[in-house]
Amino acid sequence: MLLIEVRDLQVSFHTDDGIIPAVAGIDLTIEREKTLGLVGESGCGKSVTALSIMGLIPSPPGKIESGQVLFHRNGEVADLTKLDPKGPEMRAIRGNEIAMIFQEPMTSLNPVLTIGNQIMEAIILHQQLSKKEARHITIEMLHAVGIPSPELRINEYPHELSGGMRQRAMIAMALCCNPSMLIADEPTTALDVTIQAQVLKLMNDLRRDFKTSILFITHDLGVIAHMADEVVVMYLGKVVESAQVRDIFHDPRHPYTKGLMKSIPSLTTRKKKRLFTIEGVVPDLFELPSGCGFEPRCVESMEVCKRRIPPLLEVAAGHKVACWLWAHCQEGNIS
Amino acid sequence: MTTGHTLLKVKNLTKYFPVRKGIIQRVAAYVKAVDDIDLEILEGETLGLVGESGCGKTTAGRSILRLIEPTAGDVFFLSKKLADPGQEYREINIATAAPKLLKSLRSEMQIIFQDPYSSLDPRMNVGAFIAEPLLVHGMAKRHDRESRVVELLEAVGLKADHMKRYPHEFSGGQRQRIGIARALALGPRLIVADEPVSALDVSIQAQVINLLEDLQKNFGLTYLFIAHDLSVVKYISSRVAVMYLGKIVELADTEQLFSNPRHPYTEALMSAVPVPDPDYSVEQIILEGDVPSPLNPPPGCYFHPRCRYAQEICRKQTPVYRQLNGGHFVMCHLTEELDLQPVRQG
Repeated sequence: MLLIEVRDLQVSFHTDDGIIPAVAGIDLTIEREKTLGLVGESGCGKSVTALSIMGLIPSPPGKIESGQVLFHRNGEVADLTKLDPKGPEMRAIRGNEIAMIFQEPMTSLNPVLTIGNQIMEAIILHQQLSKKEARHITIEMLHAVGIPSPELRINEYPHELSGGMRQRAMIAMALCCNPSMLIADEPTTALDVTIQAQVLKLMNDLRRDFKTSILFITHDLGVIAHMADEVVVMYLGKVVESAQVRDIFHDPRHPYTKGLMKSIPSLTTRKKKRLFTIEGVVPDLFELPSGCGFEPRCVESMEVCKRRIPPLLEVAAGHKVACWLWAHCQEGNIS
Repeated sequence: MTTGHTLLKVKNLTKYFPVRKGIIQRVAAYVKAVDDIDLEILEGETLGLVGESGCGKTTAGRSILRLIEPTAGDVFFLSKKLADPGQEYREINIATAAPKLLKSLRSEMQIIFQDPYSSLDPRMNVGAFIAEPLLVHGMAKRHDRESRVVELLEAVGLKADHMKRYPHEFSGGQRQRIGIARALALGPRLIVADEPVSALDVSIQAQVINLLEDLQKNFGLTYLFIAHDLSVVKYISSRVAVMYLGKIVELADTEQLFSNPRHPYTEALMSAVPVPDPDYSVEQIILEGDVPSPLNPPPGCYFHPRCRYAQEICRKQTPVYRQLNGGHFVMCHLTEELDLQPVRQG
């Protein structure tokens, strides 16, 4: 069952130095109760994609140039890009039906309000409950995310909590209105590995209990392997590959995905001679290559790659790749 | 790679930071950042130092170089440049060395920092930045310095004409290379690399790791590699030390540590690392709670409140840091009774 469909989304930032095409036409589909993993390096447009779905692109300088974000609910379809980001409809969806967790809980929580007040604010706003009822729900939520003695913690300020506890409070805040969609932008990147393990387990448990879909954004392929049902790999504002999680890890097709997989040291592999590297750096967004964005760094680059942008084509069941190496695999001609 | 002899020997190294309170700034307590650690680093090896944030790994690295003054303990360094005539080496205690001696020692030990954005001077061009240590250590002629800078830039994979540019013109990976070039300027033998790749993107991380390994081979460097990422540490290190709350809880050869961990914390840490393989599954040991505050560590073994094997003795007695067979060190009462889960290798 479809929950969110992103169609040909283009977002750019109009700066004094020129226009930055942060997201250059991407398609995503998020199914109900599934986790879609979005991976890529910094600057590839993954956070901008998330912010566009939430209607949180700062405008100006940001602008959604074209595309649709279709939100399916109760048999209806709403295009979120058509709604006024500050209007009542979007405000009723944001935080209520689509919630978000950010990377750094210290900067995304308000330091002068108690944890309890911040969580209750969302409940009172969206569910029209009294303060007393909201407080009761808040304590329940804090308990659900594993914060010990929630009836005391509810009166504490963010600085009194550890990093892991703050991220738990953020998750409690995001889930307090029982959203159908949770966007998690690098939710564990700032945490230690043992705390990360706690938070990831918590998110998986909550997804099951609350029947929430998750858009999980991260640069960490290890985390994605454990969290996602389906994975989308982005490079320079475009989707270069998308597939079920097993196919992405065991049968990557795009040279960028293949390079990424080979370049990360893993706990389970024995030491080889040298790490594989993807040479060069991500190109300047002001001077994009005219063909495939990955061409300047690609080891399998061909003549056509320099001139034309490859389309995203299905090369196997549920497995899409944007690469000229796979362009012969048109539909009905799947290898 | 290693010549087998000890380049650096750390004995009972301790660093307490006083916590002051009240109007007269009375010392109310101490943060025990590094709490009595012993360590040896062999010439030519890479010793990995892992642990979670706040465990004292950075403080340990900086106390070893005496960038911060240790509270107690000794750090013996085998200096080549300061050796007496006829001798190959001279053992110098960094922790007690006089300022002048320490300054000459500095040319043999350098540090690479984590954040390539804040560790470069934004108003200094790259050439001047890399040449600064040369100037400080008495390379007087501008021409000599410039040719050395070109040599260094090329060694780290940059170009000679990058010399005139400023830090903001470079990407994160390139900046890290600049920091590495500066650390190499004086021909050091020991480099403390403090989270050198954790601020970099995945595809750039591999480039810098390979560079560090090449430089080690070409210049015979010894690394103390401090990181929180177990996968990276496993890849680059010949031996690994695991820190928890200011103490080294386990130290062993890399293969040994990962295939036969002997401390419950090491076991939990390894099982918590997400492996990039959707079919990989081990029993994940979820540690309850947070790392206790180093301001007020628990009695007995520091790890016991989170340890699933903890027994009465762990709550009462601090375990001794002891050597098992070979070069495997551990700090746990129960090591002999436990059968801990290793990393499953593909």
